[in-house]
Amino acid sequence: MIQLEKLHKKFGRNQVLSGVDLSIGDGGIYAVLGPNGSGKTTLIKSILGMVVPHAGNVLVSGKNVRNDWRYRQNIDYLPQIASFPGNLKVRELIRMIKDLRQKPSDEDNLVQLFALEPFLDKKLRTLSGGTRQKVNVVLTFMFDSPLIILDEPTTGLDPAALIRLKGLIQREKEKGKTILITSHILQFVEEVADEIVYLLEGKVYFRGSIEQLKNKTGQIDFEHAIAALTTPTANA
Amino acid sequence: MLKILKYSFYDLIRSRWSYVYFLFYLALGFVLLFLNNDLSKAIITLMNVIIVLVPLIGTIFGVMYFYNSKEFTELLLAQPLKRSSIFLGQYFGVAGSLTLSLVLGLGIPFMLYGLFKSDAIWNFSLLLVTGAFLTLIFTALAFNIALSNENKIKGFGYAVLLWLFMAVIYDGLFLMSLIVFEEYPLDTFSLTATMFNPIDLSRTLILLKLDISALLGYTGAIFKRFFGTHTGLVVSVSVLLLWTVLPVWRLSAKAKRKDF
Ligand SMILES: Nc1ncnc2c1ncn2[C@@H]1O[C@H](COP(=O)(O)OP(=O)(O)OP(=O)(O)O)[C@@H](O)[C@H]1O
Ligand SMILES: [Mg+2]
Repeated sequence: MIQLEKLHKKFGRNQVLSGVDLSIGDGGIYAVLGPNGSGKTTLIKSILGMVVPHAGNVLVSGKNVRNDWRYRQNIDYLPQIASFPGNLKVRELIRMIKDLRQKPSDEDNLVQLFALEPFLDKKLRTLSGGTRQKVNVVLTFMFDSPLIILDEPTTGLDPAALIRLKGLIQREKEKGKTILITSHILQFVEEVADEIVYLLEGKVYFRGSIEQLKNKTGQIDFEHAIAALTTPTANA
Repeated sequence: MLKILKYSFYDLIRSRWSYVYFLFYLALGFVLLFLNNDLSKAIITLMNVIIVLVPLIGTIFGVMYFYNSKEFTELLLAQPLKRSSIFLGQYFGVAGSLTLSLVLGLGIPFMLYGLFKSDAIWNFSLLLVTGAFLTLIFTALAFNIALSNENKIKGFGYAVLLWLFMAVIYDGLFLMSLIVFEEYPLDTFSLTATMFNPIDLSRTLILLKLDISALLGYTGAIFKRFFGTHTGLVVSVSVLLLWTVLPVWRLSAKAKRKDF
């Protein structure tokens, strides 16, 4: 589904990605992990063409995405920071995105699922952070694309909404979709992810299943395994 | 691109500022006609206002809209849309709504005054066309500045400086150099200097068309002598067109390389 070849990106003098090689197959849930500022969002934005890499290639479905835009038709993306035009109503925003994408969409069920009906005629500026994140989730899941990219989808969600989100993710996975997630909530990652990609110092530091990670680090729980991954004694 | 244009355009048309701008021109048109009681004279006064004000409004609106629609832009970038369509759509949305306010705001009072029955109609149309060019040019320059400056305050500052330079300082420098280098032949210099400033160029263009020798001034006279009235008009419109196309082209090229 996605191939990253020797991806380099720096912002000014800040080298964020220094040769990321990563290949993500069809189907399954992949969690991209790493400390704050390790370049997870940058990696995702390079896949989406929002960040222009200095060197290396991004291939989606075998095709180089440089200077292309049509391939985004097949990606549903949930941004880490939900930035919406503040003076638009939720209803208008949903209609606008539908109009721009021209694909069949299923927003009514999602609006119901997250109990957003009372907010449909409210301006986005006036919504609480969590409610805005729910809108963000609705906008992402209302289309039916083979690749879903979620950048910190759990931010601000209450427990009930979190359960519904996990349900949605499972449902999409069962349809055979490829799902890329970043999150710092390890419990969430452990529940949903099939495979872990750990970014550190601009490179893929670890890649494999949670089992493999535990074996490699000799830890029995996931949280400690992640912590041990970055301490020098971990590989000894 | 048309879709983005549509959203930006409606967004602006619904905003308070478009009305203010429209009402201002409406009032200006009525007041000038009332005071001058003569279409041709009103047009000359109008020219002096338009040539300074339209670039200022285009610059400020352009910068403001660009920074204020940052969220909209980010949302669009993740959609299956071409980058240049996103930025060009927004640009034409802003420039289009500003031009509409200008044309309607001035057009209505002059029409009511009997513009269509007068021979001032061509002069008036040219004035509006020049106003539209100035809007397109300065909005494009403003978008370029905003795109290159992440910092709002800086971008705003540069944009206002650009306007100040083109509208005021440029003329001062130009006149000073004419006085200092009095003894030298300055025809080519003046011609070039005028071409490099869209505001001066617009003024020359309108005065050429109005064909009032007393107002034509030094550059206008050179233009007329050099090209003749007709070619002079064609040349100045072409250069204005160039002034529009180049910044729009840079905008679209620059947008391709930017990170969000
Ligand atoms: N547009 C930008 N301009 C300049 N620097 C940037 C830009 N975007 C990201 N960076 C820098 O790149 C680095 C990586 O940022 P990124 O957002 O990819 O991290 P992240 O792994 O997603 O972090 P987090 O866990 O906090 O979400 C940071 O140092 C950040 O400051
Ligand atoms: Mg991030």
